[in-house]
Amino acid sequence: MEPSSAFSMHPSSERHTMSEHVMQLSDSTFDEQIGSASGPVVVDFWAEWCGPCKQIAPILDEIALENPGLTVAKLNIDDNFEVTRRYGVMSIPSLIVFKDGVEVDRIVGAKPKGALVESLSKYL
Amino acid sequence: MTEHRNVLILGSGPAGLTAAVYTARAQLEPLVLEGEPSSTSDQPGGQLMLTTEVENFPGFPTGVTGPELMASMKEQALRFGAELVTAKATSVDFSARPFKIFVGAGEPAYTADAVIVATGARSLMLGLEGEDRLLGYGVSTCATCDGFFFRGQEIAVVGGGDSALEEAMFLTRFASTVHLIVRRDQLRASKIMQDRALANEKITVHWNTQVGAIHGEEKLSSLTLRDTVTGEERPLAATGLFVAIGHVPNTSIFEGQLDLHENGYIAMGEGSRTSVEGIFACGDVQDHVYRQAITSAGSGCMAAIDAERFLESTGH
Repeated sequence: MEPSSAFSMHPSSERHTMSEHVMQLSDSTFDEQIGSASGPVVVDFWAEWCGPCKQIAPILDEIALENPGLTVAKLNIDDNFEVTRRYGVMSIPSLIVFKDGVEVDRIVGAKPKGALVESLSKYL
Repeated sequence: MTEHRNVLILGSGPAGLTAAVYTARAQLEPLVLEGEPSSTSDQPGGQLMLTTEVENFPGFPTGVTGPELMASMKEQALRFGAELVTAKATSVDFSARPFKIFVGAGEPAYTADAVIVATGARSLMLGLEGEDRLLGYGVSTCATCDGFFFRGQEIAVVGGGDSALEEAMFLTRFASTVHLIVRRDQLRASKIMQDRALANEKITVHWNTQVGAIHGEEKLSSLTLRDTVTGEERPLAATGLFVAIGHVPNTSIFEGQLDLHENGYIAMGEGSRTSVEGIFACGDVQDHVYRQAITSAGSGCMAAIDAERFLESTGH
């Protein structure tokens, strides 16, 4: 049984928000989108069944809105396991910061907005 | 700017949200400091946010997931006008009324005529070297978040209570073998959970066993297990470690403000009363015995009614 179907935690409640300020990534587009980005990109590795991921989703939307210099992007690990495995993600949410297509930083686990902004401050 | 409220509720698990439903329906316009995002149980919604199936909450004959149950309770509190703020009290001053609640440095964020403390409890970690460093790299506080990454792997769950067994059974969906590390020669968990776990072919129980050490550079590679009777050590090639060995109450900000028991839980008077008149407590922050969603919700109701009567008696 696939975990996504075996473990759908929020069948009817709120869905992950799809903010227009946040870039959606996939296995097939990842390298091009990350490689061609002009500034730093923070990628949120997330899944529908991950409660803490849902908690930081609106915070990342806010950070994207408040910091036009930083690109915020999302990768759904259920649908895009190739990239997820390539970066050795073992816990979600994981936020990986890329510069010129190369990983420069990683934040593992949900954190309050203040803590996330502080961790990302050098890229803002 | 300091904002004044009739009732301030600290925490948003079943206790805090039930108190919010009741005080909101009593037109007390409660404000709930719901906590802040985290991958541990110390987060808005509390411990149930990391729980999969809840089978014993009355009214849900086919079960409900923890996050769904908490989303429903939140919705119910909001429906009656409770206000929720994503923040955590960093300190309190209960020495005079109105009570002061601080969020960060500076002047108090809130004052309140009555406070309901529902800050709950958080999971204990093992306290072993490497545990923090490997958090998110094999060591996990959230089976529902991270189980997915251990497909086909051997992993360990530490603990012998209901939480540990629930986690172990959930993780058998992904892992090839779940090693259940139990300190004694018996389980603390309820009979139904024991029967299910012991019948699960993917679960191997290690009785009289503790984790002695955690190994791994970039990610967890193995554990050293220690026999609690003979002291003998043996390796276990586990790439995942999930710890469910018990809880500690979230009471550090109440030290010197409220009477606490030696184990940190809030010392209770009659009903939901604490050592300070006008401060009420409910849920796991004052209960190390029952610790159920339903008992928490019940005590949240008690705290709301006690707070309402207290406010009436003081002329609010």
